[in-house]
Amino acid sequence: MTRRWVGRAYVAAVLLFLYTPILVLVVYSFNASRFSTDWTGFTLAWYGRLAANQALLEAAGNSLIVALIAATLATVLGTLAAMAIHRYRFRGRGLVKGGLYVLTVSPDIVMGISFLVLFVAVGMPLGFTTLVLGHVTFCLPFATITVLARLKGFDAHLVEAAQDLGADEPTIFRKILLPLVRPAVLAGWLLSFTLSIDDVMVSFFITGPGFDILPLRIYSMVRLGVRPEVNALCAILLALTFTMVLVAWLVTRERTQK
Amino acid sequence: MTDTGWFKTLAIGLITAWLTVFVAVPNLLVLGASFCARDEARLLAPIFTLDNYLRFFNPVYFAVFARSMALAMITTALCLLVGYPFAYSVARGGWAHKNLLLLLVIIPFWTSSLVRTYALMILLKANGLINTALFDIGLIQAPLRMMYTDAAVVVGLTYSLLPFMILPVYASLEKLDGRLLEAARDLGAGPVTVFWRITVPLTLPGMVAGIMLTFLPALGMFYIADILGGARSLLVGNLIRNQFLTSRDWPLGSATSMALTLIMAAMLLVYSRSAKALSREADL
Repeated sequence: MTRRWVGRAYVAAVLLFLYTPILVLVVYSFNASRFSTDWTGFTLAWYGRLAANQALLEAAGNSLIVALIAATLATVLGTLAAMAIHRYRFRGRGLVKGGLYVLTVSPDIVMGISFLVLFVAVGMPLGFTTLVLGHVTFCLPFATITVLARLKGFDAHLVEAAQDLGADEPTIFRKILLPLVRPAVLAGWLLSFTLSIDDVMVSFFITGPGFDILPLRIYSMVRLGVRPEVNALCAILLALTFTMVLVAWLVTRERTQK
Repeated sequence: MTDTGWFKTLAIGLITAWLTVFVAVPNLLVLGASFCARDEARLLAPIFTLDNYLRFFNPVYFAVFARSMALAMITTALCLLVGYPFAYSVARGGWAHKNLLLLLVIIPFWTSSLVRTYALMILLKANGLINTALFDIGLIQAPLRMMYTDAAVVVGLTYSLLPFMILPVYASLEKLDGRLLEAARDLGAGPVTVFWRITVPLTLPGMVAGIMLTFLPALGMFYIADILGGARSLLVGNLIRNQFLTSRDWPLGSATSMALTLIMAAMLLVYSRSAKALSREADL
């Protein structure tokens, strides 16, 4: 009995460690005092200041556009890749599958500089396009693996039956596989979007001076110290991530209950 | 099949081409650059040399490398020590809402570690919450210096990377067959023996995966060292960034990056060995 309570207390303590800093940040983003650690009253002033900061809004807009495009491309490509890995036996299949898994553990900094070297080698100016290409690449394995996990879980006879009835590959894809994996595709998109909009390490190397994005803007603000505007900005980003992950979790959970 | 073959070709062709252009080629370019000489004007001179790798043994460079490895090892050990019991309690503690607990780990897993590092800074800084609280209850008279130390970097890395240890370990604990533990107990094994002889070996692949997902980023996350460690505390990640963006020594930066790739390859080898050994034993 006591052992059970020790276990519960321990789990609670670790969760407290993970969440206290985040909660403190969110609370402080509403604190009226600029410099003090004391609570001096509720305010929305810091959020108002963000809305008036043109450069920040532009960076946020850039980040949103990159994340929308990169997540969509990564999800389309990842879904096709998952289908190919699941349905076909082809030369290099092991290499493709292995490569995707290696990408998930590959350190971000190694990926970032490898993109930098590539883009400089081919003479591509750093900015919007290079960011999208890089982001698609690091989102790709997560989108693929999410869809692949779902494909592994269902009855292969469905596809065989469709083939016997004369369905061709595009029809099988559109009418059978795609509806079955839809929740996983949505989850893959949401997670890719989150990865893209939060990325610091890879973007740091592959964006140009003319194209500022939110995480890099936050990075340079954070280096100057703690400021209430940064608290507000981070709180917004946290809310966005929490929502995305929660929705992704809910749509993929549905399948285990069915 | 000819009129339906295009779909297969498209699916396979796209992913193969993408991985070739954006993964294989860039990494080969970095490998190539690591054997080139430095050139002020063109970044690289196409002259074969091993100099960049030999420069690791330069005492200054080596010291930074060794210190970063030490910080990463401490971080990984802390993540394992904190994360394993946590994953164990969640997986086998008989919780009513296990999925919800898991979600509470998944959320920080996907949350920006820059934002989380900044949140930690609010607590650790000289006039931050921890110092203010300790001062108010009379435990300290002057603020503790927590920011800009190696300890702060280790705490920051551990804070960011803990979910990356918990999730793979949890997955392997979840797969663990409870009947094996029961059988061992029935045969008279005590809880300590059961844990070390059964649970640990069977969750080894999960642990190795967790170690890989914490150790490699702990070497590379330069912004955590920048924010919490000040300028002194350099990680391998800071070295690479500085070679590429400040001192413009791409060959040395590429060689340093290749060192990380090699460490990753070694860890992947250990992982696949441990996973294979396990599936062989399971077949018996």
